[in-house]
Amino acid sequence: MAVFPWHSRSRNYKAEFASCRLEAVPLEFGDYHPLKPITVTESKTKKVSRKGSTSSTSSSSSSSVLDPLSSVLDGTDPLSMFAATADPAATVTRPLDSSRKRRDRDENSIVGSDFEPWANKRGEILARYTTTEKLSINLFMGSEKGKAGTVTSAMSEKVRTRLEELDDFEEGSQKELLNLTQQDYVNRIEELNQSLKDAWASDQKVKALKIVIQCSKLLSDTSVIQFYPSKFVLITDILDTFGKLVYERIFSMCVDNRSVLPDHFSPENVNDTAKETCLNWFFKIASIRELIPRFYVEASILKCNKFLSKTGISECLPRLTCMIRGIGDPLVSVYARAYLCRALLTEMMDRCKKLGNNALLLNSVMSAFRAEFIATRSMDFIGMIKECDESGFPKHLLFRSLGLNLALADPPEGDRLQILNEAWKVITKLKNPQDYINCAEVWVEYTCKHFTKREVNTVLADVIKHMTPDRAFEDSYPQLHSIIKKVIAHFHDFSVLFSVEKFLPFLDMFQKESVRVEVCKCIMEVFIKHQQEPTKDPVILNALLHVCKTMHDSVNALTLEDEKRMLAYLINGFIKMVSFGRDFEQQLSFYVEARSMFCNLEPVLVQLIHSVNRLAMETRKVMKGNHSRKTAAFVRACVAYCFITIPSLVGIFTRLNLYLHSGQVALANQCLSQADAFFKAAISLIPEVPKMINIDGKMRPSESFLLEFLCNFFSTLLIVPDHPEHGVLFLVRELLNVIQDYTWEDSSDDKIRIYTCVLHLLSAMSQENYLYHIDKVDSNDSLYGGDSKFLAENNKLCETVMAQILEHLKTLAKDEALKRQSSLGLSFFNSILAHGDLRNNRLNQLSVNLWHLAQRHGCADTRTMVKTLEYIKKRSKQPDMGHLTELALRLPLQTRT
Amino acid sequence: MGTSLDIKIKRANKVYHAGEVLSGVVVISGKDSIQHQGVSLTVEGSVNLQLSAKSVGVFEAFYNSVKPIQIINSTIEMVKPGKFPSGKTEIPFEFPLHVKGNKVLYETYHGVFVNIQYTLRCDMRRSLLAKDLTKTCEFIVHSAPQKGKLTPSPVDFTITPETLQNVKERALLPKFLIRGHLNSTNCVITQPLTGELVVESSEAAIKSIELQLVRVETCGCAEGYARDATEIQNIQIADGDVCRSLSVPIYMVFPRLFTCPTLETTNFKVEFEVNIVVLLHADHLITENFPLKLCRM
Repeated sequence: MAVFPWHSRSRNYKAEFASCRLEAVPLEFGDYHPLKPITVTESKTKKVSRKGSTSSTSSSSSSSVLDPLSSVLDGTDPLSMFAATADPAATVTRPLDSSRKRRDRDENSIVGSDFEPWANKRGEILARYTTTEKLSINLFMGSEKGKAGTVTSAMSEKVRTRLEELDDFEEGSQKELLNLTQQDYVNRIEELNQSLKDAWASDQKVKALKIVIQCSKLLSDTSVIQFYPSKFVLITDILDTFGKLVYERIFSMCVDNRSVLPDHFSPENVNDTAKETCLNWFFKIASIRELIPRFYVEASILKCNKFLSKTGISECLPRLTCMIRGIGDPLVSVYARAYLCRALLTEMMDRCKKLGNNALLLNSVMSAFRAEFIATRSMDFIGMIKECDESGFPKHLLFRSLGLNLALADPPEGDRLQILNEAWKVITKLKNPQDYINCAEVWVEYTCKHFTKREVNTVLADVIKHMTPDRAFEDSYPQLHSIIKKVIAHFHDFSVLFSVEKFLPFLDMFQKESVRVEVCKCIMEVFIKHQQEPTKDPVILNALLHVCKTMHDSVNALTLEDEKRMLAYLINGFIKMVSFGRDFEQQLSFYVEARSMFCNLEPVLVQLIHSVNRLAMETRKVMKGNHSRKTAAFVRACVAYCFITIPSLVGIFTRLNLYLHSGQVALANQCLSQADAFFKAAISLIPEVPKMINIDGKMRPSESFLLEFLCNFFSTLLIVPDHPEHGVLFLVRELLNVIQDYTWEDSSDDKIRIYTCVLHLLSAMSQENYLYHIDKVDSNDSLYGGDSKFLAENNKLCETVMAQILEHLKTLAKDEALKRQSSLGLSFFNSILAHGDLRNNRLNQLSVNLWHLAQRHGCADTRTMVKTLEYIKKRSKQPDMGHLTELALRLPLQTRT
Repeated sequence: MGTSLDIKIKRANKVYHAGEVLSGVVVISGKDSIQHQGVSLTVEGSVNLQLSAKSVGVFEAFYNSVKPIQIINSTIEMVKPGKFPSGKTEIPFEFPLHVKGNKVLYETYHGVFVNIQYTLRCDMRRSLLAKDLTKTCEFIVHSAPQKGKLTPSPVDFTITPETLQNVKERALLPKFLIRGHLNSTNCVITQPLTGELVVESSEAAIKSIELQLVRVETCGCAEGYARDATEIQNIQIADGDVCRSLSVPIYMVFPRLFTCPTLETTNFKVEFEVNIVVLLHADHLITENFPLKLCRM
């Protein structure tokens, strides 16, 4: 086989770059451009362009700071304009609003503020208690006789209508709706709710009452028991609506022309008509025949007692409570009680106080009521807890409940310290470590929320004191862990956190390794999440190094990959946050220390190498590329760090990439021999690359990764200057030897692809001026200055590589490999086209042969061939490319037959 | 609506006592001026007695012979014939509630066979072409509070199969023991009837326990009388099989208008009773009756 000589096409990268660039066309003043500010009139244009750079005309888009939308609109945004005109209206409505708001607030202060967040609970219940069983609604509804039309002003008529309605009620058309699905049922109840509102709005109070009575009657039916809670919720909604309507109606009657009733009115301020109406309601309700509706309806308008007497509500409460005893079904009666409690929390609270401070009751109150409610009365509760009898219900549970509430809601500012003091006084006296820690755990949250590190320190110290004897902490890891979590959740500033003296001693209580590691993880997570600025605070560094070391040391042969990844992620997060600013030496010594500490976690070592490389580049940047003797030595230290760290890694591609990367950094810092060492190390590592590598738990062939790495490597090798003591292109030669000796997969052409790339590299190397350079590093182009010996060496290498490629192409002349041959041939053809000098006859002939080879067995993609040919023709029109016209003529396209 | 006539009584609850002055305003409103032949105001009060169908047969002699007993009837001329200006005209009035002779202003009571009712009627007579306008309005009379203190009369009761009368086969009855007490059978009408009831034991499940308020109305004269007991209201105090040995409150508000202080006159009587009704499963119905004496303090 004839040896083909290689002749690189000489290239002028600058000219090529310029010719590839899009031509810049200057924009005339009046031309349209979408990025130009929209200008409406001449005068506006002036205004706009003044804002930007004044010298340029409006064609410069840099002047378009102004939003095109706003400039269209004469600077006035239609919305703000609208808002401006709407403003007076808003001010007019404001007093109304505020009065309504006050009313709302008033509502809240009456019962609202003391309510549990019923709205939340309501949703939960509805979502949770559902059924697929069929439901039924049994309603005695009055016929629709008593419609609004019949209500006239004549009294007698009105009375008659009412009597009729009452008759309906007595005999009423009984409607029983059977076989309802849950959704039907809910809809039906919703309809009733709506018709209640409608009836009320159309002044049919009796009908409204009837609806409410019928609805509450449904609560006596427990037939589909799993739906009962939801039913309760739905129906009490109606009751609430009704109660509100009645209350508001009576309230509105108290408002005469002169004055509105104050927020907390007393019965004396209520006028007679309102009182009479209110009384009427109570009389009407008192005559409801059945117990359950009578109870619910009365409870729903209980609030109206305020119109009649000051003590009305508290007098009714015990009676209503007793009334529930008459309900035989335990479920129904318990729910009835629940409704009563919901309606009247404040009164309940007062009664609790009176009832000799029953501990169990107190605890129930604290766990059931809304936290805000409890929090504002914390001091009262502490008082009650102190006084209550220990025998039935331990006090620490009461304090725990109180603490839980205080964690959710804030007590009054003035009481806070006193609350903590009072509570802790009791807690610290608890003998049983379990009781103690359960309580303390809850109170830590409160302490962290409202106090400084001093108090937290005291609390932690107290916990340590209690939990250390007899190694009590061993039984309370979850609680201790939760304490740590709470503390770190509130102290995001780690310098403050670690200045809490007892924090680290507290950590020492976690002696079981698994728990200890978990705690460390929590701390690191919070650190990564909240630490904004890099730090060099020695307190933080010391403490966190300790924490990270704990995590790292937990790694052993049995540690799961996931766990390792997690730990490494956390430690890396810490490492990235450490910065000593301009003190690079300190920084490097930190990395040295970190390496010795975290040697078992590969990702951490990788991070350290990257960090050190970065440090080197950082140094270069500070010195603006001109290293002093000192910085040069420092950079070499960095390079050395990487060089000795990389071999300790396991992942082969990790090592290869890091060698390459660190070599590039060394090169950039003018450490030429060190860079050579990196590259040599990389080259000598390549034979070790296994055929298959493990990626995410799956074995995959490594060749494609190797190909990728090598291509990357070649790009770097272009600019690596030859060593004066070694031969020309010694790194390339060595690399070629390694590639030659590597056992490649028989069925793949990767080796040839690599050779093709080498050919590209060599072509680039033979240019007079290389495509790119590193600042202050003389590459081979300036070292050899186009020396003919160098070029000859280069060409020799090319010939060898080409021989290899052609050899390989020949071996592919078998049936099963024809397709490979075709595509490889075409790719080689393209390489020659791109990098070879086709004025050389032999190269020209070779390319023609390759063209034929690619098409020979009909394996080529016709479209690709056509495109290629078109490309050649196009190229031939460029200057100095005339010879391609002739080539194109020699490249026939295979016709499909 | 051209012209309207309305009476507004000053007190919101419309309650007056004998000797007091009933006051208020008559409101006349219309778009145009109103021509009239005079406006008068009449106070009427009467006892209407009616005989029940079941009594009628026995005492046919009474039929139609029971005339309403008039308590009060007086008219005053408010405005002489003339003209009201357009818009709203309010004419205040005062009516002293005095009775003639030895008549008594009984308390308002709406019953079945006895009705004691007071009305205030305003008439505006008008010319032939326009209809006369009338507006009637009920007001309520409460009898004067009783002097002296009411002595409470508590009653304890125990109901067992043995205490029952009117039982055909005592042996068939399930065993039960119900105890309880009423705080007083002498009741102040404005205060609720209160007490307690405890189901100590019961073989049969309890369905319901109710308080039945009953009016006992007697109409009569020298020749004889008719006495009828009818239900006023029924209040359930227990629904379902209640907890044993846990007291269930007895509590009933006396309804307004339908009750009045126990009344006894020569022509009629109005009395009240309460029944405690226990309904067992298998439809056993046990009733315990307590006569009440209502009064106003």
